[in-house]
Amino acid sequence: MRKGLYLMVLTLVVGLLFSPCTWGAPKTIKIGINAPITGDIPKVGEGTKYAAQMWLEDIKAAGGLDIGGTKYPVEIVIEDNEAKAESAVTTNMKMITEDEVLVIVGPQSSKQAVPAGEVANNYGTPMISPWSTNPDTTKDRPFVFRGCFLDPFQGPVLANFIKEEFGFTKAAVLYDVASDYPKGLAEYFKEAWEKVNGKGSVVAFESFTTKDADFSSQLSKIIRSGAEVLFTPQYYNEVALIVQQAHELGWDKPIVGSDSWGSAETVELCGKNCYGLFFSTHYAAAGAVGKTKEFIERYEKKYGYVPDDVAALTWDSLGIVQAAIQSTGGLTGNIEEDRKSVRDAMAGVKEYEGITGKMTFTEEGDPIKCAVIVRISEKGEFEFYKSVCP
Amino acid sequence: MIFFFQNLVNALQWGSFYALIALGYSMVYGILMLFNFAHGDIFMVGAYIGFGVATGLLALVSMGMITAPSWVILVLTIIFSMILTSFVGMIVERVGYRPLRDAPRASAAITGLMIGIILETGNLILLGARRVSFPALIQTETYNLGGVYITNKKIMIVVVSLALMLALHQFVQRTKWGMAMRAMAYDYTVVPLMGVSINTIARLTFAIGSALAAAAGILFGVAYPVLDPYMGIVFGWKAFVAAILGGRGSVLGATLAGFLLGFIEIFVAMIFPSTLRDLIAYSIILLILVFRPHGFFGEPYSARLRL
Repeated sequence: MRKGLYLMVLTLVVGLLFSPCTWGAPKTIKIGINAPITGDIPKVGEGTKYAAQMWLEDIKAAGGLDIGGTKYPVEIVIEDNEAKAESAVTTNMKMITEDEVLVIVGPQSSKQAVPAGEVANNYGTPMISPWSTNPDTTKDRPFVFRGCFLDPFQGPVLANFIKEEFGFTKAAVLYDVASDYPKGLAEYFKEAWEKVNGKGSVVAFESFTTKDADFSSQLSKIIRSGAEVLFTPQYYNEVALIVQQAHELGWDKPIVGSDSWGSAETVELCGKNCYGLFFSTHYAAAGAVGKTKEFIERYEKKYGYVPDDVAALTWDSLGIVQAAIQSTGGLTGNIEEDRKSVRDAMAGVKEYEGITGKMTFTEEGDPIKCAVIVRISEKGEFEFYKSVCP
Repeated sequence: MIFFFQNLVNALQWGSFYALIALGYSMVYGILMLFNFAHGDIFMVGAYIGFGVATGLLALVSMGMITAPSWVILVLTIIFSMILTSFVGMIVERVGYRPLRDAPRASAAITGLMIGIILETGNLILLGARRVSFPALIQTETYNLGGVYITNKKIMIVVVSLALMLALHQFVQRTKWGMAMRAMAYDYTVVPLMGVSINTIARLTFAIGSALAAAAGILFGVAYPVLDPYMGIVFGWKAFVAAILGGRGSVLGATLAGFLLGFIEIFVAMIFPSTLRDLIAYSIILLILVFRPHGFFGEPYSARLRL
């Protein structure tokens, strides 16, 4: 009996020693993509997937990822997190422990990225969220990075923009209290607005919970409060409903949004109601030049629509990952060591010229980059209006 | 005062949806003594069928095959979708409930949940995860009545809902079928002995309930034109609350309770911070039920639940 057990352990150990992962041939590099393919924001998942596939195409065309002279084959593992926090956590777990990915790209929204980042950090796996703007995603997590600016930056950008552009002094906010991103951003905006316009200048601070469809009582309150502008940092599906209902209740003043508006589907769902509105985002497709233009044209040709900011940020994040892996100078084949060295390489990236602009990185792993104010034109296109730099 | 009237108008529209969906719950519960937990998802299916019918009709119009003003298209959409969705309801009854009629009540309740999940994920596979935008069947016109903003859509929604509720009331009270349904609600073990087929009545009940849910789905699409496969879950729960609040199997009760629920939700958000809306709204309803456990129009004899 005892003998049998020893034999079994011995077989396993020998098996492990000779298993392919310890052999000399370049091992496939696996990159995990944690994206909301189904759930509340499937368009975000789609953009992530397409950008990743385009990136992989380039790598394959080059015959693999060149690290210190050796070409490594690359594989991407795309997993669906259903736009749920719990699923994003299990997806990360699965990719780290079962798929043995080297790096994780995603999840996109802060609701998933904040809890999923915890897992990646605990398991010592580098993760980069292209789109999560909540500070908690990377805070005190050496293994977690991001590809976009932060809400504490976006809040003041919008508050200052509204002040300069319209000269308003009274603002209203409508946000989803059950979701990390809108809630965080609503609070940062309020703080920034009250700093500029004095205490009590946010005259209505109204909320709802995810899945609500009727905002009439909140909007009636906002209208009655005498606010001059409505700020609503919501996702595209809610934006369509909020803007339409506001107009039906007699609101004819500006409505301003944040980068979550920047989806290809915002205008599709919202239609004419959204024309002429402003929001802050990471890049503007209309009027892009250089590398950005190339990316947009290639994406549009391949998938039939102009890529939204998620696709562009995912592309840049993968670029950062690629640069980091290449700068390690070579992988050992031991997944844990390699993850560590990739993390160090990512932390070492000081400057990166991406399609969403030039970025430099802070100690926390957050990029410093410019925000773009976009106006939705009369043709329903996202038009570059203004660039705001820190 | 203007503010109050504005919210009153909002609440009327919001309550219409709860009332229409609550009627379906209430009827099935009244007659078969079971909760059709798939009803919220039938509402979703109705909205999607409405989306399909409306898109089809609009395509025909744009191809010049038929010419019709937009309100005719809306009426046709509602009628066709109600008919199609009532078949969905009958299939649900045949597949999910009839085989389990003598099974423990809990099993029948679970069937509803499962059918709900099947409908949601079925839709997800069929149409993908992207949201669809319900076509604008009528051009929105906003009227400003002394500061109160009313749209033609709001008026249409409330009028159509009330008309459907009235029609149902007449059907249940005035026709032979309605009488059979009422009898069945009174005692579903004895009435079949009198020659009324429980299968027919059950099918009829599901068909009517589903048709009303389809109407609610289309009106919902007109007012809130973003559809997604999970739109029926929370909405269904809340309408279910209204059905219980109204009292078992009571058409009037479900209608009134549906509107009451809409009013409570809207007015709580009007008076208190909106973050506390559901907390306060549903505490109020809990309190009402504590004092009226059978709902507004429920009769105590229905307490002998065969659970």
